[in-house]
Amino acid sequence: MEKTFYDWVVYIIENYGVWFLKGAGVTLLIALTGTIIGSIFGLLIGIIKTIPLSNHVGRFSPKRIGLKLVNILLTIYIEVFRGTPMIVQAIVIYYGIAEAWGINWDPIVAGIFIVSINTGAYMSEVVRGGIQSVDKGQTEAAHAIGMTHWQTMLHVVLPQTIRNILPATGNEFVINIKDTAVLNVITVTELFFMTKSVSGAIYKTYEPFLVAASIYLFLTLVITRILRYVEKRMDGPSSYTIFGSSTMPEQILKRGEQIV
Amino acid sequence: MNIVVEIKNLHKTFGQNVVLKGVDLTVNRGEVISIIGSSGSGKSTFLRCINMLEWPTSGEIFYNGENVLKSGYDITKYRAKMGMVFQSFNLFQNLTVLENCVVGQVKVGKKNKVEAEKVALKYLEKVGMAPYINAKPHHLSGGQKQRVAIARALSMEPDALLFDEPTSALDPEMVGEVLKVIKDLAQTGLTMIIVTHEMAFAKEVSDRVAYMADGVMVEMDVPEVIFESPKNERTKQFLSRFIGV
Repeated sequence: MEKTFYDWVVYIIENYGVWFLKGAGVTLLIALTGTIIGSIFGLLIGIIKTIPLSNHVGRFSPKRIGLKLVNILLTIYIEVFRGTPMIVQAIVIYYGIAEAWGINWDPIVAGIFIVSINTGAYMSEVVRGGIQSVDKGQTEAAHAIGMTHWQTMLHVVLPQTIRNILPATGNEFVINIKDTAVLNVITVTELFFMTKSVSGAIYKTYEPFLVAASIYLFLTLVITRILRYVEKRMDGPSSYTIFGSSTMPEQILKRGEQIV
Repeated sequence: MNIVVEIKNLHKTFGQNVVLKGVDLTVNRGEVISIIGSSGSGKSTFLRCINMLEWPTSGEIFYNGENVLKSGYDITKYRAKMGMVFQSFNLFQNLTVLENCVVGQVKVGKKNKVEAEKVALKYLEKVGMAPYINAKPHHLSGGQKQRVAIARALSMEPDALLFDEPTSALDPEMVGEVLKVIKDLAQTGLTMIIVTHEMAFAKEVSDRVAYMADGVMVEMDVPEVIFESPKNERTKQFLSRFIGV
C-alpha cells in the first residue's frame, strides 16, 4: 500500500527521531557557543574601536600609532568576514587550516570557531553603535566625579550598552541557529546534515526537511521568548519603594542594602 | 589667603571659533560666584574648562599651588574635587539613586561601600531625596533628578561645586525646589560657581556676580553693584532686559 505524507512523517519521527534530536543538539551547541564567544569578541572590538584619543596625545606617539594599526587590522577583519559568505569561509578555514598545519580538527570545533568569528564581525559594529548611542552626558558626569576612561566604560557606559544591544544579540543568535546549516559542507553533524542523512537513507526529500523546518522554527521561537524575558528582567522593576519621612536613616540604609 | 582655584588668562577655541579670550577668575574658599550673560557668551564653556571637561587651548588653572594644565598632572583627582552639576542632570541611568551617589566614592575615592552609603545618604537627606534611594533615574521628575545630581556631586566632598545652568532644563514649577537646595548649600559655606539665567537667584545667593560677553569677563562685582549700578555699558544693556530683579 502506498504510504501517505502523514505516514512518512510518523515513520521518520519513529525511526529517525534520535538523528534529528542529535542534529538539533549540535545546531544549538554551535549557535549558542558561537553567539556567546562572538559577542565577547564583538564587545572587546567595539570597546577598542571607541577608545578616545585626546588631542594631547602627540600625533606620532606610539600610543596613537599603535591604536591606529590595531584599528586598521580590526577593520580588515570586520570587512572580510562580513563581506564573504559563511559557507565559503567554512570551507577555506576548515580545509585550509587542516592542510597548512596537517591537523585533523573536529568539525564541531571548527564550526564553533567559524560562527564565533562571523558573529564577532557583526557584533563589533553593533557594540560600537551601542556605545556611541549612550548619551555623552553619562560620560561627562562620570569624568566630572573623577572616573578614568576605563572606570567610566566599566561602571557607566557598558552596562547601558549591553542592555541596548541585547535585542541585536538575540537576533544574531536566531540567525546563527539557521546559518549553522551551511556547516554541513565541512561535515558538521548539525540538523541540516542529519536531515540530509535521513533523506538519503529513506529516499525521501521534502518530508524529512519539513520535519527539520519545524524543529528550526521551534528552536527560534523558544529562544526569542527567552530573550524577551531576559530583557524585561534587565530593565528592573517598574516601580520602587518610597521610604517614609519618619523612617530613621540607618533603617533606610539597611533596607536599601538588601535591595540595592 | 584661602584660594580654592585660580584661573589665569584662559583661552578656548573650537576650530575657527574663539570662545574664550583670556578669562581670569580667583575663587576664594566659601565664596558663591554667579556667572551671567547671554547664550553663546562662553560662560558654560568657561565652567566646563574649570573642571577640564573641555581642555583649555591655553592659560593656567592653579589648584593647591599647582597648574593642573601642565602635562603629567593627574586630572582625575582634580576633577573629583571639582563637583559638577549639569543642565541635563546626567544621572547614571543604569544605577539607582543611592548607587549614583556611591559609585564615585567607591571607585574613585576608594572608600568602602558601607561608609560611602552613609555619606551618600547624608547628602541625599540634605536635598530631600533620601526616600528615593532605590528609584532609578527614569522614575524621577526633573527637579528630583537635579537634586540627586547635586547629592552625587556633594558625596565626593568637593572643594568647589560648579553648576552649569542647573535649572534651565526644568519645568517652571520645579525650578524652586532646586534653587532652594542651592541656597541652603550657600548657607553652609560651600564654594560654588553658578552659571545661571535666574537673575533674582543670582542676586540673592552670590557673593560676587560676573557678567560675561563674547568670551571675556566684562564686569565682576558684588551683586548690588552689578544689578543696581553696573559700571560697564554692556552690563547695563544686558540687565536692562531683566528690569525688576
